[in-house]
Amino acid sequence: MRLIIWTLVALLIIFHQDFWNWEKDDAVFGFMPIGLFYHACLSMAAAFVWLLACTFAWPVGADDFGDEIVEKVIDKGEKA
Amino acid sequence: MIEIPFFFAQAAANPADPVNAGFIRLLVILAYLGSLLVLGFFASRLFRGTKNDYLLASHSIGPFLLLMSIFGTTMTAFALVGSSGEAYRKGIGVYGMLASSSGIIHSMCFFLIGIKIYRFGRKYGYTTQIQFFRDRLDSDFIGLILFPILVGLIIPYLLIGVIAGGTVIQVMTAGAFPDLEMFKVMTPAGTVNGALSGGLPPWLGSLLICGVVLIYVFFGGMRGTAWANAFQTIVFMVLGVVTFVLLANKFGGGETLLESLKNITDKVPNEKLSRVNMKQTHFFSYLLIPLSVGMFPHLFQHWLTAKSSKSFKLSVVCHPIFIMIVWVPCVLIGVWATSLQLPGPIAANANAVLPFIVKTQIGINGLGGAVIAGLLTAGILAAIMSSLDSQFLCVGSIFTNDIMVHYFGKDRFSDKAQMWIARVFVILIVALTYYLSLQDTKSVFTMAVWCFSGFASLFPLVFASLYWKRLTAAGALSAILAMMGSWIYLFRESNWGKDTDYLLTPLGPDYPIMPVVGIFLCSMLAMVLTSFLTKPPSEKTLAKFFD
Repeated sequence: MRLIIWTLVALLIIFHQDFWNWEKDDAVFGFMPIGLFYHACLSMAAAFVWLLACTFAWPVGADDFGDEIVEKVIDKGEKA
Repeated sequence: MIEIPFFFAQAAANPADPVNAGFIRLLVILAYLGSLLVLGFFASRLFRGTKNDYLLASHSIGPFLLLMSIFGTTMTAFALVGSSGEAYRKGIGVYGMLASSSGIIHSMCFFLIGIKIYRFGRKYGYTTQIQFFRDRLDSDFIGLILFPILVGLIIPYLLIGVIAGGTVIQVMTAGAFPDLEMFKVMTPAGTVNGALSGGLPPWLGSLLICGVVLIYVFFGGMRGTAWANAFQTIVFMVLGVVTFVLLANKFGGGETLLESLKNITDKVPNEKLSRVNMKQTHFFSYLLIPLSVGMFPHLFQHWLTAKSSKSFKLSVVCHPIFIMIVWVPCVLIGVWATSLQLPGPIAANANAVLPFIVKTQIGINGLGGAVIAGLLTAGILAAIMSSLDSQFLCVGSIFTNDIMVHYFGKDRFSDKAQMWIARVFVILIVALTYYLSLQDTKSVFTMAVWCFSGFASLFPLVFASLYWKRLTAAGALSAILAMMGSWIYLFRESNWGKDTDYLLTPLGPDYPIMPVVGIFLCSMLAMVLTSFLTKPPSEKTLAKFFD
């Protein structure tokens, strides 16, 4: 899953360089320049990719501070 | 001292402007600044009296507050004022170059760097970035070399906010005190400068901003800063959207918002609706600039305030959406402004475009218009102050932890004494920044991108320290020195920032790239080569940082 997430991040960076929209000045919905609309959509896509990352590729042991583990062990009476 | 009756008599000082819109705007700004002080007061009531609470809010910040405080901190004056100004100059491409790239890269930094830093910070009790690097690289000297570089790069960043605050307040309160001699501004021809005269002079506006930020940082510490940031982020996001709708209706004059939007877009020159005036290589190389977020010392400190690593999730996901909510309206306003006939001095100063439009298009329509313009000014100040507070607190923390406590001994100062040392340093840094803001500051705005380039070029260092076991202290030192050397060389080549369009052209003039590319490569290559040529870190150090 991590590989898929980082592939998606790489794709975001590639799609960020949208040379195909470079000279277009059409307006989506009659007011939104297409280059701006495309990049606003890219911001939404970025949020979605990071949502996937937080859901499926969250770092293991991110809250492992050592001391907490010791405290828990003491609480359970497994180690004095 | 100004007497109260005189103060309120300003409301009827000018028969041509019976409402005295500038004065009303000033009152709204003062009310907003007052509300921040109240917020700081409430935050201080929760203060636990320890250094950890003062500098890190006792690691108590949950997901929502962390999102708002991190977003508020990363969005500076540039987000509202600069984005519209740059869009006025360069067109809609500014969004892709600065905003959508940040949406991808900032969240990546929070995910890859922030969460790991948080874990080590909690595990080993760090407060500042320098503490982490000293420990990770097992080198005291690295802290000594990083200290002046981090502080040196952050002070111009602070200056941008203080100067922008003073300028915005003067523009928006112009005409408030038309008869007050000390507030008069004359043109070179000797006539009264109507755009600025009668407004609070920049020295007073900047003093007001510094004073308010200092008070709530001094009493509220990191908790006060986080609360104030959250409040200010909501203010500038909501008011940014309100400004957009009001200006769309004003410019477009349609019966519906959509009709107004279409009407305005028809008037905008086509070149501003595309990126024909931008080079693709320049656009692409800008991707490196948002990496600066990985090395900002004030953001490092914000990360450590989180209640748990899960608090990061909301920031990682929502940051790109928040950027979009703030930047899209501002970029569109800047593009719309190209269809207006702006006065020469305003057109020449991109940063004045948004305040000028707000003042002239909304702020002159009677009492209601003046109040709305005052609120929108508060929104701009909110964006500025939500960055300043964290930076002030961070520099105070660095002085306390990495100089005083590190060199004079932890046992020498009680916890309470350390907290007071931090407070004293915060006051000194605010005073120094304010003093520097009064000097000749014409080139300070161009310093912003140079500061960001410096921080971004140190990204390989923070990334390698977390993910590359082979990184050595000598490699890190080489990276820092190579960054500084190449930064100074290129900054000098740009005539010390005066050449605002300075770019590198190694592949020819048709393929310009940002100077950050050169600095970044120098730093990264020096780090990798030197690390391979020197002795690897000890097993003990590696065991501390790698599972």
